[in-house]
Amino acid sequence: MTALGKLLRTTAFQLTLVYLVVFALFAAFLLGYFALNTRRLINEQIAGIVDSEVQTLTGQYNQAGIRRLVGIVDVRSRRPGSSLYLVTTPTGEGLAGNVGSLEPGILESQGWVETAYRRLEEPESAEHNALVRVTRLPGGIRLLIGRDLDERERMFHIITLAGRWSVALVIVLGLIGGVFVSRRVLKRVDAMSGTAHTIMAGDLTGRLSVTGSGDEFDRLALNLNGMLERIESLMRGLKEVTDNVAHDLKTPLTRLRNRCEAALRMAKSETDYRRVLEETIEESAGLIRTFDALLMIARAESGEVRDGMAEFDVAEVARDVSELYEPLAEDKGVTLEVDASQPAAVNGNRELVSQALANLVDNAIKYATADKANGERSGIVVKADTDKDQVVLTVSDNGPGIPAGDRSRVVDRFVRLEQSRSQPGSGLGLSLVSAVVRLHGGEFKLEDNAPGLRARIALPRAAMPPQRAA
Amino acid sequence: MSDAALGGLSKPGADMVRAMRLLIIEDDREAAEYLVKAFREVGHVADHAGDGEEGLALALDGGYDVLIIDRMLPKLDGLAVIGRLRAKNIATPVLILSALGAVDDRVRGLRSGGDDYLPKPYSFAELLARIEVLARRRAGRGEDTQYRVGDLELDRLSHRVVRGKEEILLQPREFRLLEYLMKHAGQVVTRTMLLENVWDYHFDPQTNVIDVHISRLRSKIDKGFAQPLVHTVRGAGYMIRDGAR
Repeated sequence: MTALGKLLRTTAFQLTLVYLVVFALFAAFLLGYFALNTRRLINEQIAGIVDSEVQTLTGQYNQAGIRRLVGIVDVRSRRPGSSLYLVTTPTGEGLAGNVGSLEPGILESQGWVETAYRRLEEPESAEHNALVRVTRLPGGIRLLIGRDLDERERMFHIITLAGRWSVALVIVLGLIGGVFVSRRVLKRVDAMSGTAHTIMAGDLTGRLSVTGSGDEFDRLALNLNGMLERIESLMRGLKEVTDNVAHDLKTPLTRLRNRCEAALRMAKSETDYRRVLEETIEESAGLIRTFDALLMIARAESGEVRDGMAEFDVAEVARDVSELYEPLAEDKGVTLEVDASQPAAVNGNRELVSQALANLVDNAIKYATADKANGERSGIVVKADTDKDQVVLTVSDNGPGIPAGDRSRVVDRFVRLEQSRSQPGSGLGLSLVSAVVRLHGGEFKLEDNAPGLRARIALPRAAMPPQRAA
Repeated sequence: MSDAALGGLSKPGADMVRAMRLLIIEDDREAAEYLVKAFREVGHVADHAGDGEEGLALALDGGYDVLIIDRMLPKLDGLAVIGRLRAKNIATPVLILSALGAVDDRVRGLRSGGDDYLPKPYSFAELLARIEVLARRRAGRGEDTQYRVGDLELDRLSHRVVRGKEEILLQPREFRLLEYLMKHAGQVVTRTMLLENVWDYHFDPQTNVIDVHISRLRSKIDKGFAQPLVHTVRGAGYMIRDGAR
């Protein structure tokens, strides 16, 4: 019952039904039209025959009088398959013909009329219908000539019968076809919703089956599978991230707790307590920084910051950030050189791009080695350059660089190469850069600076040169 | 680095302190109580309201120097409280506290009538420094054309800096740094406040780049003078003041 109900509710079945009704109505109309026309044609034929007989007989009567008319009618009445004839006196007494009985009052009428009748030679048979014409001849004689309508009725009957049958056939075949088509569609859709159910229940590895016929269901299944693929990879990524977040937040939290416990156990003086408290505050500040960076990456990756986009000059950002870090570099004995004199307009979030660049410069300062005595080459170079359709921002250092195999890996969240574990940092700096660049539709690459590392950000260039008031 | 003799938060420069009346609108009772206590310790008076409606009623009664309003409050949202206050022409400075903390959220907070914005979690030192700056701004100090601290003078129009009889040459950014410090002379100025106001950055640059800038500035301002003017306030930030007074 439910299976039938489901079938009846399918779009395919309902469409079939609508189609069927329209088609049946059309067929019925067509046959009705045909039947009516046939009837009219037969009527016309009868009228033609009767008219010509009336003409002939009237002519004979006018020429040769009543006797002749009666004679002719007598002869014609006896022919097999003859027309109906009746000649009467003005008072209605029959003079000649083959009509036994008529509906009353027929003889009083004039012109065409339909009537039930019996033939003279078969008074016991059932009444038949006829189309007759009554003519008054000079002298009050009435002449009735008509044709039996059996043929017409039979014809009409045949056609209506054929009509009924064909409409019934159309409906039955249509219903069968509808059920067949609907069941086919239903089977595919049921299979799809079944798979969708298992996927919803948590099994993200499930995929919709594809028959390979390339029909619309296959195309739908392929697209849905693509979507599932994407969702699964996102979920996998999310899981990795939460694992990493758990690790990178729990490790310092554990450290923090251990330190407090140790202080409770062992600290002897107020100075000891104070030192532990200060370390605790510092550690929590680090935690907050990690957390902030994570949130920032999440926001940049979700595209949430896209509202705050405006046009700004990347060269100016390069100069500003370099200026911010220059004293720090100098403290380390590294020269920081800026090469960003030409305006380079980009559409985006100035704050985020500044932060990304700050991360890169901060990193470069961390790893750059102090300038050699001859000072042939600057320790760090920050460069903003434009080509036809992009703005390229590079930060090069002369540090140890990153082995080619690891360069793409360090851009992932939380990855810190073994040899850099000794350096402070959340390990999120480069992932933030990568997220910001992706948000701006750009490309972030780490290259070999031989020696050292060159971080390269390419951003799509804004169409118009920047118009900034000083 | 010459740490200031101030030695922490509990004893701010005694002659500077004017007791402030503060209103904290914050639904986290524990956090609010901690703040009330901490403000009392440094000589200010703080009231606490637990939701937006109560806070608005108290703030409308007036008499506060600064309002500290949490962004997300029961009954009436923090931004709505600010909106209603401003609609009633109450211009009491407002500092917004928010756990949201992202760039656009800060902009929204300031646009709706807040005067400063501090993302959670914050340090008390940071909050205190910002509150004092806000209260002072209200007291009508600030936009002079000349600043003077001890024998150090800064002219905002001619961009000249003179200490004693000696002119000091500063880079444009160093000038703005000194200008900001001198504008808030006698007040603690935190690293984030400097980053926000002098560089217009609202992110954490990880390494303490500000310290290096300050030490550069210090070497130009204080080097060779007996009386240092730029002081480090431990755990908080920096302050420029005339120690001789």
